[in-house]
Amino acid sequence: MQRSTGLLVVTVLGLSATACGSGEPAKSSAGGAAPVSITVACQPAKSAPKERQAWDDDVATFMKAHPGVTVKSTDQQPCYDPKTFGPKLAGGQMETVFVVPVTNYNDVIGQGQALDITPYTSEIKNWNDLRPDVRQLVTKDGKVYGVPNVHYGVGLVYNRALFTKAGLDPNTPPKTWAEVREAAKKIAGLGAGYVGYGEYSGGNTGGWHFTQAIYGRGGSMVTDDGKKAAFNSPEGKAVLQNLHDMRWVDNSMGNKLLVGWESLMMAMGSGKVGMMLGAPDVVTDVVNKFKGSVADYGITGFPEAKASLSGGEAYMINPKATPAEAKAGLEWVDFRFNTAGKGRFDFARGKALGNPVGVPDNDVYGDSATGKAIKQDRTANATLPVANYQPYVDAAATIPPKAEPVHAQELYAILDVAMSGVLSRQDANIDSLLSDAETKANSMLATKG
Amino acid sequence: MRVLRRNLTAYGFLCAALACFAVFAWYPMIREFALSFQKTTLVNPPTWVGLDNFLTVVQNPAFGKAWLNTVEFTALALLCGYAVPFVMALVLNELRHARAYLRFVVYLPVMLPPIVAVLLFRWFFDPGPGLFNQLLGFFHLPALAWLDSSSTALISLVIVATWMNMGSATLIYLAALQNIPPELYEAAELDGAGIFKRIRHVTIPQTRLILLLMLMLQVVATMQVFIEPYMLTGGGPEDATMTVAFQMYQFAFTLQDYGAGGALGMMLMIVLLVFAAFQLRLTREDKA
Repeated sequence: MQRSTGLLVVTVLGLSATACGSGEPAKSSAGGAAPVSITVACQPAKSAPKERQAWDDDVATFMKAHPGVTVKSTDQQPCYDPKTFGPKLAGGQMETVFVVPVTNYNDVIGQGQALDITPYTSEIKNWNDLRPDVRQLVTKDGKVYGVPNVHYGVGLVYNRALFTKAGLDPNTPPKTWAEVREAAKKIAGLGAGYVGYGEYSGGNTGGWHFTQAIYGRGGSMVTDDGKKAAFNSPEGKAVLQNLHDMRWVDNSMGNKLLVGWESLMMAMGSGKVGMMLGAPDVVTDVVNKFKGSVADYGITGFPEAKASLSGGEAYMINPKATPAEAKAGLEWVDFRFNTAGKGRFDFARGKALGNPVGVPDNDVYGDSATGKAIKQDRTANATLPVANYQPYVDAAATIPPKAEPVHAQELYAILDVAMSGVLSRQDANIDSLLSDAETKANSMLATKG
Repeated sequence: MRVLRRNLTAYGFLCAALACFAVFAWYPMIREFALSFQKTTLVNPPTWVGLDNFLTVVQNPAFGKAWLNTVEFTALALLCGYAVPFVMALVLNELRHARAYLRFVVYLPVMLPPIVAVLLFRWFFDPGPGLFNQLLGFFHLPALAWLDSSSTALISLVIVATWMNMGSATLIYLAALQNIPPELYEAAELDGAGIFKRIRHVTIPQTRLILLLMLMLQVVATMQVFIEPYMLTGGGPEDATMTVAFQMYQFAFTLQDYGAGGALGMMLMIVLLVFAAFQLRLTREDKA
């Protein structure tokens, strides 16, 4: 009976989103336009008082600059949660402006859960400076459904302190998978509890990292037309073989399966894991949420990378929003998330608040004028050892981004099995695991069309 | 009229209870039934899709495995969760000292929030410094991978479930045992029955109805196993702990396919209804 209670609790939590209001009701604008009220997601939690205050200050500044617009913030964490997303929409509790990670763009747009904002993109002043490939990710059939505000590629996050401890040079991180294996062996050799290389194996994160790895090796998850699985390939086999050998031949991956995002992040934050695949935001999260020591972490390019799985997020508008709400929502997005020197790009304020500044975790504007201004401002106000991230920055510029496959979450669930197979069984048959996964994926793709 | 007035309070309570059931139990069941034949994004009005959702569910690669795992889990959980509490209740019933204290100790795990209990076991099962491997090491036995091996993951979840739910079952069995007239045992003893004969010929027949009721309740509860795989294994490794309820959750909240989630929920409900009907019939025949 406790089990059904648990399921019920999860469902009820999913259905109940709490809105924490901020902001006084607005009067109509000087031009006489009707007052409009919007709710915006992603207010920092109360446990981060400085960031929350900065957000509230931004809300106040925005409302002053936009008479007639009332902004109410919600602080649900995480901002986007697939468990609560649909129920919130259905229950009329979805914010006017909400964030969606790149892994869910296809689902949200495909299911009509985001408004077509093509007529409103002019509200984003720097719209044309956004990278075209990133804008393409939120575009379907010529219609725009979101405003990207974060974009990055995958690299290799590593613990510089452990590299030094293991007799490795942290300034020359691994560039090939052979070098990764050697470094992992040395780190694991430091003693009990040390893990050279950490990897996911469940909760869809295993399949997600498999995708990162196979893209890096030049492989694909699905055929170009998206109708057949393409991961049962030399690149796919190389991904699993490498993991199998690191786990069972080198014994450099520890003896614990890591299921879900927090598990590996927690392990990384503990300071006993040497390397993992990850984007620059891993450094920020490991430091901010998992108590990692900021000076210890560096990031370099993906080993032997031929392509990089795109990561990031975009703000989208509630499909039930009125035109006035949509316009006001996009003005907020423009102000808070897409203007150099303002909101999330106000690095001087971030520095004053004591936030970690300097991680190259956002390339959404590329080398455009806005992008250059953001990078310059970030470097000028850096509080972190930016030299630790330079290998990643240098490598990222040369690696082409690659989008999520169609039906990504379904494919990730299928590939979780293969990942957990090689990491939990010494006698795992890689050909068989990939072949089974291919059969399942083809069946799923045929059903989904 | 007078009768009605006299029973007004009772009718009031009845109406309130019916309203609660209608809103929180029957209406969601009807909605789920409808949902299982619909395609919905929860934004636009749903469309009727016939049996498509059931087809989606059946064609899912983990569907068969989820049912097999659920049946295996239920069988193992019953083996442990049915027998262990009954034996525990028999022992407690025979004790003359520290009975209240031991009853409290046995019931204690039930008072822990399930999430806390499950997280506790995450540490117990840790293949490195975990308690269970330390115990095995103490007896010079090889360490196990517990949750991290497809061969031991499911049984590890059974251990958690048994520990979490044993207390309630034990107390219910104990109450049933204490209702058995002592004269029956005295007569059996006079006839020369030993302890096992007394259990077989007195205890089990006298507690038969409770045993059958508990069997039904436990099957219904264990078939819906969710928290353990959700918190401990994510359904892995290699789908070894994928259960029907967990897959239902994945359909609805990971893949946002609410129709498929509803369809799988309907399938599980039908299976449980059939089992409950079968069990009730057996009980009736038994009474007759």
